[in-house]
Amino acid sequence: MKVLKLMLKNALRHKLRTTLTILGIAIAVVAFGFLRTVVTAWYAGVEASAANRLVTRNSVSFIFPLPYSYRDRIARIPGVETVSFASWFGGVYIDKNQFFARMAVDAQTILDAYPEFRVPPDQLEAFLKERNACIVGADLARQYGFKLGDVIPMDGDIYPGKWEFVVRAIYQPRDEKIDGTQFFFHWTYLDERMKANTPARAGEVGWYIIKIADPVDAASISSQIDEMFANSRAETKTETEAAFQQSFIQGTSLIINLFNFISFVIIGIIMLVLGNTMIMSARERTKEYAVLKTLGFSAKHLVGLIAGESVIISALAGGLGLLLTYPVVGAFSLVVPKSWFPVFYIEPSTIVLAGTAALAVGIAASFFPIQRALRTSIVDGLRFVG
Amino acid sequence: MPAIIEVQNVSKSYWRDSFEVPVLNGITFSVPEGEFLGLMGPSGSGKTTVLNLIAGIDKPNGGSITVAETNIAALSESQLAKWRSTHVGFIFQFYNLLPVLTAYENVELPLLLTSLSKTDRRKHVEAALSVVGLSDRMDHYPKQLSGGQEQRVAIARAIATDPTILVADEPTGDLDKNSAEEILTLLERLNKEFKKTIVMVTHDPRAAERAHVVRHLDKGELK
Repeated sequence: MKVLKLMLKNALRHKLRTTLTILGIAIAVVAFGFLRTVVTAWYAGVEASAANRLVTRNSVSFIFPLPYSYRDRIARIPGVETVSFASWFGGVYIDKNQFFARMAVDAQTILDAYPEFRVPPDQLEAFLKERNACIVGADLARQYGFKLGDVIPMDGDIYPGKWEFVVRAIYQPRDEKIDGTQFFFHWTYLDERMKANTPARAGEVGWYIIKIADPVDAASISSQIDEMFANSRAETKTETEAAFQQSFIQGTSLIINLFNFISFVIIGIIMLVLGNTMIMSARERTKEYAVLKTLGFSAKHLVGLIAGESVIISALAGGLGLLLTYPVVGAFSLVVPKSWFPVFYIEPSTIVLAGTAALAVGIAASFFPIQRALRTSIVDGLRFVG
Repeated sequence: MPAIIEVQNVSKSYWRDSFEVPVLNGITFSVPEGEFLGLMGPSGSGKTTVLNLIAGIDKPNGGSITVAETNIAALSESQLAKWRSTHVGFIFQFYNLLPVLTAYENVELPLLLTSLSKTDRRKHVEAALSVVGLSDRMDHYPKQLSGGQEQRVAIARAIATDPTILVADEPTGDLDKNSAEEILTLLERLNKEFKKTIVMVTHDPRAAERAHVVRHLDKGELK
């Protein structure tokens, strides 16, 4: 018979109460894990940003274009390795509810700038050869059943007209942190249509993606670019890709902060649930603790016994909660369109945080019961009638 | 026989709200080794308080208590806990077995504080349960035992570590006549055969008859 066995037996003494406590904590851990995953998904773009990529956009707003002519001037700046560019296409596929990122890109350089999008060489060759070819992400292809050779019709909104794209390549994200729901096509295809139908909008790009040799030079290269186009008709704002991505989610930071706050409120709820159970248990065992002290068990032993019982309950509940978090997050990602949260997975840090929180709460919840058990004298404990 | 317990001018009072309630008024007595002492007295006379002080689960306000040459009134809480684990076997009126543990595990509890191996602990537990005649009930939980059997398990727990003294607080107070007789016979046997020094608090004159010496406490003073 070991003390651990006594802890286990104590933890399971009131099976219904312990079961309900474990379920309550497990549900809270699931909620915590889920909310943290949503927060992580929100910041996925920022997290996936490369340190050696800069983004140059119109200084007035992202929605104002930049001249295509900037490309060669930027490319001449020392330290710049690759200059690519993209334009937000928008458009409607099937109906307005079918949202995914559609971008006209520089076909020759886009995959140099984004090596995390992996395309088989034969598919890349096919994509480059055909003016209205497109590349779709593997997740997007899975969602809509796109196959190589499929024609995807779209109605233009930002760029009016009927558009047709042929799927010539499907990219695989390098890892689960990378968005697999994007849609790229040739910017030249877009620009040709603009030249023909709206010449005033020809020769414009949405933003430049600049791959630099050394991330240390990010600040100086950004300054050089912006100074180069200062006082021009389209002044620029250059920043790191992470800062660029951050600016997109800045407007929603209040909601995200609220999510963060709620996720930590949940930890408080876990503590109250477990703390309540432990206080009840310890109160019922006041006499037993007095008996143990009479037998010679010291304060150290009682601390171990009570904290151990609390940690056993929190560990069981935390483990169950973490196990349940996976199917819950998996079910959510199946129900919600992939394009809402392109990157939606449970980060290892979320597991570590939830597990650590559950264990820490186990220890913290035993604080008052321990204090009570230690403060109660043996004589008072033996007289206690629960 | 030399005295194994020496109580010198011990006083004790409790605080009830803002009132100080004196319980013992400078009592002095000694218990020779191998003695079976019965303490009697009316409710509130301080019998259990004397027992608690001798067992080191309470501290006097004044005076000294020496048990096996240790002045336990001067020990710290942690020193007292260690001292109790080797020197005192406590038998309670209501047995106070842990309900989640079997008879075997209850008896093994105080042995967990020793450096004995698992095998040696088993030997001690089996020997103690054999002395109280419950070798065939070692896997039973307290709720599966009668009151008398529970008290016998409690006695086995008290003697498992072979303590210097046994203190018993109304050990037959919750038992029927036959069970009480069995427990008293067992205590007598522990005293005679195993030379255990026993201090027993009781209300029951029949129980007191088994003791070698009976002292009466009244209003905090020993008669």
